Amino acid sequence: MTHPIGLSIRNGTKVYPGTIALNNVDFDVRLGAVNVLVGENGAGKSTMMKVIAGVEQLTDGELLIDGKEVHLRGTADAAAHGIGIVFQELNLFPDLSVSENIFMGRENLQFGVHIDRKRQREVTQRLMERLEHKISPDTLVGDLRIGEQQIVEIAKSLAVDARILILDEPTSALSSSEVEILFKVIADLRARGVGIIYISHRLEELIRIGDYITVLRDGHITGARSMEGVDVPWIVQNMIGSASKDFAKSVEHDFGKEVFRAENISLLREGGKFVVDNVSLSLKEGEIVGIYGLMGAGRSEFFECIMVQHPHSTGRFFVDGEPLTEKTVEGRIRRGIVLIPEDRKAVGLIQMHSVRENMSLSSLRDFTRWFHLDLEKEKKAVMDYVRDLTIKIASPENPVSSLSGGNQQKVVIGKALMTKPKILLMDEPSRGIDVGAKAEVFREMRRLAAEGLGILFVTSDLDEVMSLSDRIIVMSNGRITGEWDRKDTNESMVVAASAVGHARATHIPEKELAE
Amino acid sequence: MTTQSTTSASNPTANSQSALLLILRLRTFIALIAVFAFFAFAAPNFLTAANMVIMSKHVALNAFLAIGMTFVIITGGIDLSVGSIVGLCGMVAGWLVLFGVDFGLGWSIQFNTLEIIAIVLCVGVFVGMINGLLITKLSVAPFIATLGTLYVARGAALLFSDGRTFPNLNGNPEYGSDTFVLLGAGSVLGIPITIWILIFVGLGAAYLASRTPLGRHIYAVGGNEKGAALSGVKVNQVKMFVYMFSGLCAAIVGLIISSQLVASHPATGETFELNAIAAAVLGGTSMSGGRGRIAGTIVGAFVIGILSDGLVMMGVSSFWQIVIKGLVIIAAVVVDQAQQKIQSRVALQSQAALGK
Repeated sequence: MTHPIGLSIRNGTKVYPGTIALNNVDFDVRLGAVNVLVGENGAGKSTMMKVIAGVEQLTDGELLIDGKEVHLRGTADAAAHGIGIVFQELNLFPDLSVSENIFMGRENLQFGVHIDRKRQREVTQRLMERLEHKISPDTLVGDLRIGEQQIVEIAKSLAVDARILILDEPTSALSSSEVEILFKVIADLRARGVGIIYISHRLEELIRIGDYITVLRDGHITGARSMEGVDVPWIVQNMIGSASKDFAKSVEHDFGKEVFRAENISLLREGGKFVVDNVSLSLKEGEIVGIYGLMGAGRSEFFECIMVQHPHSTGRFFVDGEPLTEKTVEGRIRRGIVLIPEDRKAVGLIQMHSVRENMSLSSLRDFTRWFHLDLEKEKKAVMDYVRDLTIKIASPENPVSSLSGGNQQKVVIGKALMTKPKILLMDEPSRGIDVGAKAEVFREMRRLAAEGLGILFVTSDLDEVMSLSDRIIVMSNGRITGEWDRKDTNESMVVAASAVGHARATHIPEKELAE
Repeated sequence: MTTQSTTSASNPTANSQSALLLILRLRTFIALIAVFAFFAFAAPNFLTAANMVIMSKHVALNAFLAIGMTFVIITGGIDLSVGSIVGLCGMVAGWLVLFGVDFGLGWSIQFNTLEIIAIVLCVGVFVGMINGLLITKLSVAPFIATLGTLYVARGAALLFSDGRTFPNLNGNPEYGSDTFVLLGAGSVLGIPITIWILIFVGLGAAYLASRTPLGRHIYAVGGNEKGAALSGVKVNQVKMFVYMFSGLCAAIVGLIISSQLVASHPATGETFELNAIAAAVLGGTSMSGGRGRIAGTIVGAFVIGILSDGLVMMGVSSFWQIVIKGLVIIAAVVVDQAQQKIQSRVALQSQAALGK
C-alpha cells in the first residue's frame, strides 16, 4: 500500500538567535497515514511543527505542498492549505464555553454578523459524541480538567476537516481509555486520507499507531523509515544516540515505619457526587506508592485534599502517627509533606522569576534569622540542589521560563526537596518531559526513596506505574478499587481495576485498531 | 527576529546586547540625570539650594505614596484610594490638633504630637485594612474595592468639616501639640525632616522587598498567585500587608501636608494615586505583578517631580506639562517592554549555549 506525499520539507533550516533548531532536514508527510515524529525535548520537533503550521518560517530550505513550493505566512494561511494543529500547550480560553472555543476565529455566522450558537452547539455535541466524551458544549473550558481540555483541543482540530493534522503530544494528559478513543478517531481519519503527524514521548504508543517514523536529534534527522520492524530500542538509540536508558531499577532497601496515613478522605462536589470517596491509605518510609487511574478518578483531588486546597473535605491525615491538624499549606509543608503539582506552568513555578527564587520559595524559613534573609546561604543551598539534581542552567538568576520542560521539572523537584520533606506527593511527575529527563527524574525518585523518603505519585502511564512503584493503588470514580504489592500484580489487573464502576469496557484490543 | 539570525550567533551580538540591557536597566536613572541636567541649563535658579529643598519636598510626597503603591502593584493589585486616604488623614490630624476628642461630656481629651501621629497612622492603616479585607475575604477586585474606598474616604474627609478647611494648626504648647508643624517645616542637619522620613521609609521598604521572606512572598504572589499558595505562601496575609502598608504611606503624606500647610483641607490628595502609579511604572514596576523595585520607584518619583517643577520654572504652560508627563510615562513603558524582550532573549541564549 502506498501513501502519496502531501507535504514535504527539503533542506529545511531554522535558526533562532544563538541556536540552530533545525539543521538541513528533509521530512515527508504521507497522506492516509500516521507519520510519527519523535525526539527528546529541544530536538526540534516543535519547531518543525511550527513551520508546517505557519507559525514560524524556515530560515533556509523549502516547504512543498503537493509538490509546489509554498510560503505560509501565518496559521490562517496554513489552515487555508488544509493544515490543522493541536498544540502541546493548550491554547484554550478558560472563560469561554466548549463550543465557543471550538469555533474560535471561524464562527458560524448568519448574515455575516450573528453567531449561530445553536448550530455551533450541535456540531460540538456531535464532535463530543465522536470522541465519546460527555462534555456539554456549554461547559466553561476553565471548569474542565486538563485531560478534558485536551479532548476539546482535539475536537477543535477535527472541526476544521484538515487534510494534514498535527497532534503534538495529544495523549500526555489522557488516561488509557481516552487514548483508545483517540486512536479510534485517528484510524478513522487515516482511512479518510488525512495525513497525520503524531508527536509523543510514549514510544510504545508510537509503534502501535505509526505507519512512518522520523527521529530527530539536535535539529538533525537521525532516522526515517516505515514503521515495519521498528522497536523501542531502535527509536531510543536514534533519539539519544546510545543504548536504551531503562527505568531506574529498584535499589533494594527495607521500608521503615509508617510515615503517612490517610483515613476516610472524602470530597463532595456539587451535584452530590463524591470526587474522592472514602479513601484510606498508608505510606512507609522509603516506599514508592503509585496511584494509577483514569482521568477524573479523583487522584489529583486527593492530593489537593492533603494540601488543604479543599477546606470542606472530610477525613483525617496522620504524619508519623500524629494527626495532621495544620490548616495551611505552610503548616503542612512544615510537617514534612510537599506536593509537586501536575501543571508545572500554571501552579508549579513562577515563570518570570529566577531559578533561585523559585527553588527557595517554600523553604525561605531556613535562610531567615528573625526577619533577615541570608542571600548567600540561600544561593549556596540552591546551587547544592542544582548540582545534586544536575539541573542545566547558565545562571541561577535566569528566569525559569528560559529552561526546557525537563529542567523546569527538576527545579520543581528541587524546590520540594529544599523543604526537607518526609513525604513527597508527585502528580504526573513525567508529564511533558523527554525520555532522558524522565529517566533522570525516575532515578532521582529511587534515590530519594532509598534515603527514606516516602513517595506517593500519580500517573496515567501504565508502564510508569508498573516499573516504578513498590506498591500500586488503583483509583476509579473517587474510590480505591485495587491495591497490591507490585510483585503480586500485573498490567491487566491494574487496568481492570481502573475501569471498575465505568459502564463500558475501556480496554479495546489492539487488533481493532490495526485492521 | 530574523535579522538576528546569523549562524555564528552568540558572542558579538550577546555582548552588545548585554551592554544595551545594562543601559535599559538603568534607564530611569539615566532619565533622571538627563532631566536634571536639562533643567540645570534651561531653568534659572534651578540649581539653588532653596529650590532643591522645595523640590525634594514635593517629590517626597509622591515618593511615599509610590513606595506603598509599588508593593501593591507587585502583588498584582492596585490601590486607587491613597489620594483619599491622604485627604482623610489630613482632616483627622487637623481635627485632633484643633479640638482633640470631645465626647460631649463637658471635657475633651487633647493629644501631644506623637499621639496625634500614631492615631493618624492607625487611621491610614485601618482604611488599608478595609481594602485588604474586601479583596481577600470578599474577593472584590482590587480596582473596584479601592475605587469604593476612594469615594468613601473622600466623603468622610468632607464630612469631617462640612467641606471647610481646618486653619491654623499651630497646636497648643499646653498639650504638647505645638511641635506638629515641625513635621513639615523642621529640619535636622540642614535636611528637612520630611526627607529624613522618606530616607527611613525608603530604605526600610527596599530592605523589606529584597532581604526578607515577606518581600519574597510579595513578589511570588504577584508572579503566580496559585503557585505561591501551593508553595506555602500565605497569600491573604501578604495582600493584607501590602494594602495596610500603602494606607500607612498615605497617612504619612496626610500628616506631612497638613503640617506643611498648617491647615488641612478635605480635597487634599485628589489624583495623587495617579501620580503614585506613574512613578511606580516609570521605575519599572510591572502592572501585571511580580516585578518592580523600590529604588526604581523612588527614582521614578524624582523624574516626575523634577520634570513638573522644572517645567514650571521654565514657564511652560501647565497644560503642556500634563501632556509631557503623559508622554514620558508612555515612553517609559515602551522602553520597559523592549527591555523585557531583550532580557529574555539574553537568558535564552545563555541557556542555549549551555545545551551545546
